[in-house]
Amino acid sequence: MKKFLFALLASGLITGSAQARDQLSLAGSSTVLPFATIIAEEMGKNPKFKTPVVESGGSSVGKKGVCEGIGTQFIDIGNASSRMKASELEFCNKNGVDVTEIKVGYDGIAVANSLQGETLTISKADLGMALTAEVPACYEGSGRNYNCDEWIANPFKKWSDINPSYPALDIRVYGPPTTSGTRASFAEMVNQKAYCGKEPIAKKASAARGDKKGKKCRAMRTDGAYIEAGEQDNLIVQKLQEDPNAYGIFGFSYLDQNTDTLQSAIVDDTPATFELIASGDYAISRSLWFYVKHAHVGVVPGMDEYMKTWTKNWGPDGILSDAGMVPMPEAERASYAKAMTDLPKLTADMLKK
Amino acid sequence: MPSTKTEQMVMASLKARHRKEQSFKLLGIAAIIMALFFLVTLMTSILSKGLPGFFQYYVTLEVELERERLDPAGDLSDQSLFDGQAKKIIQEAVLAKTGAKKRNEKKAARKLVSNGSDLRLISFVQANPELLNSRQSVKFALDDDADSYFRGFVKKQTPEKQRRLSDLQIAYLDQMQADGLVSYEISDYLFFGSASRNAEMAGIKGAAIGSLLTLVVCFVIAFPIGVATAVYLEEFAPKNKITELIEININNLAAVPSVVFGILGLAIFINIFGMPRSIPLVGGMVLALMTLPTIIISSRAAIKAVPPSIRDGALGVGASKVQATMHHVVPLAIPGMLTGTIIGMAQALGETAPLLMIGMVAFIVDIPGGVTDPGTVLPVQIFMWADFAERMFIQKTSSAIIILLLFLIVMNGGAIWLRKKLERRW
Repeated sequence: MKKFLFALLASGLITGSAQARDQLSLAGSSTVLPFATIIAEEMGKNPKFKTPVVESGGSSVGKKGVCEGIGTQFIDIGNASSRMKASELEFCNKNGVDVTEIKVGYDGIAVANSLQGETLTISKADLGMALTAEVPACYEGSGRNYNCDEWIANPFKKWSDINPSYPALDIRVYGPPTTSGTRASFAEMVNQKAYCGKEPIAKKASAARGDKKGKKCRAMRTDGAYIEAGEQDNLIVQKLQEDPNAYGIFGFSYLDQNTDTLQSAIVDDTPATFELIASGDYAISRSLWFYVKHAHVGVVPGMDEYMKTWTKNWGPDGILSDAGMVPMPEAERASYAKAMTDLPKLTADMLKK
Repeated sequence: MPSTKTEQMVMASLKARHRKEQSFKLLGIAAIIMALFFLVTLMTSILSKGLPGFFQYYVTLEVELERERLDPAGDLSDQSLFDGQAKKIIQEAVLAKTGAKKRNEKKAARKLVSNGSDLRLISFVQANPELLNSRQSVKFALDDDADSYFRGFVKKQTPEKQRRLSDLQIAYLDQMQADGLVSYEISDYLFFGSASRNAEMAGIKGAAIGSLLTLVVCFVIAFPIGVATAVYLEEFAPKNKITELIEININNLAAVPSVVFGILGLAIFINIFGMPRSIPLVGGMVLALMTLPTIIISSRAAIKAVPPSIRDGALGVGASKVQATMHHVVPLAIPGMLTGTIIGMAQALGETAPLLMIGMVAFIVDIPGGVTDPGTVLPVQIFMWADFAERMFIQKTSSAIIILLLFLIVMNGGAIWLRKKLERRW
């Protein structure tokens, strides 16, 4: 009993003294995490600073977490692999949190399969058509009634059903689950924008069902053609190595580490390579971000140093590009490096750009 | 010859009964063989991947330990050594060894030695300051890609574009090996390193200490409360509707998914009490909530197993109820209580779900020095390593799993030993 009272007392004392925090706390996207941890570790080598704590959780945790409030029980910086939305910024404003948006680099979303399998050369729109949950009922050999305004469950069984030049293999694609930012970006860029936004039949049919932007197309197939393989990209890589007839969707850094067993699909004439993602030519790539809380700059020690460590290492020769992050062009790097010192407040207008 | 009718009936059914007994036995053996098969498969898979992870490749380089360059302030402090040029000195040693001259050659050669070698050189200098200003052979870890090459995961036959090492780098590595500089040894990083994004430097020390701190907090809170609750409920509480309700609730809590306790911890300890995230103190408190029901239930069973004659004897010679309980019943029930507690703690050691909510599922490099420093735990470390892209982390993951299993075996074995040693039979 004495021990217990002592423990309670001790925990009470500690709670009282825990108000000041001398260590940065970050959370967010699991895509940004490998790069953020490299920076954190690099910064922690300097004995003046403690190594920041980097939590995972997903982009939404990063963006929401940083905006939850001011104080040491909240994180200082939120990582995200998708940009903040207006509604998310509103949440910040509601809680009185000002943030600055920093872009750190790019990440390609790779579509790949085993080197022993057939290379998939496909257009981005057709890739979306193969994976979206519903398509209009008027494709060759697909529909029952050829009514272009009616949507039916995706009928394509083989890649060659879409275009005879594609492999005569069952459509079987391993990819991340709904909680993943990688999946959200893929569904937006491929299903929504490339397929329902550009392919004429799908575009017309989308407008006909009152979905001009094609948001409904973001749903992925659930009939076994698209297989959710869990948040861990390594699992997808392993599945592909075992099954040469399947394809997978995952972050570029995992392809970069496994080039001796995996090959990239060629989407819109470009394979996922470091150079093509860096030049902006690769069809499916997105930006990586972090959001800095103004009120914590200069209060929690190390905020400036953390950002400075990014600028030292985010170039083409830095340790981040070794780990598979694709660097920004020099002008963009310079402008975000400036934002790190000026800390412009993120406004709704800036997000529209 | 069977004479009576009953005997005849028994003889007739005997065969069928024997057959049934036989098949039941076989079924049991089959079940055990199945379980053993799964266990053996799991263990071979983990051991075959994990055992090589206990070793790694090192390269011995001759470095010039010039004091002026390594320690500009001259006081051998962390800061001074950090400001020095440890990294540059190692790179010069690599370049001298490989003979790299052109820019791309230099770049290729520099990548062969671990990115954290400067820290290794700094700790070497701090441990041996008398060796400053001399030329010394120091062992550095090879980069994870180079390590994979010596393990045979990167093959020369693979076209250059498809592997992570260039022809030039492989030539340098072959050269170093031919010169006898490369050695395959027990990995000191695995045991004494902390979390790192450089696969060759990653180790479990930080997570192991985090686990220890968390379990200590968990024990200090859960054991006294659990035992006190059990003693009160068994010995003192009146048997009525309220105690029955409490009992049902305790049994219920034992079956609640552990992530729920994490949510509770986030809401109460962090949001209301304002305690910091990611600290073993909060982690231990959350795990204590989780293990409490296990401890209470096993402690009550242990108290129930003490024969009533002991209590009656004590009361009969004039002991008060408290004296009878504290002097006789509880000491006799302690072995059972401890067994339950150890099993509860072993469960807590393997948990990640409740720690997710309170921020202990995180990349934390600094080794926690106390319960209020950010820390993580072993299963979280395993979980994070399993997700990193670098191939060397696959072996490290399995090695860490082996270590965690060893901890669990020791704890559960300890529980069995304690039971055998202290148990009393009446």
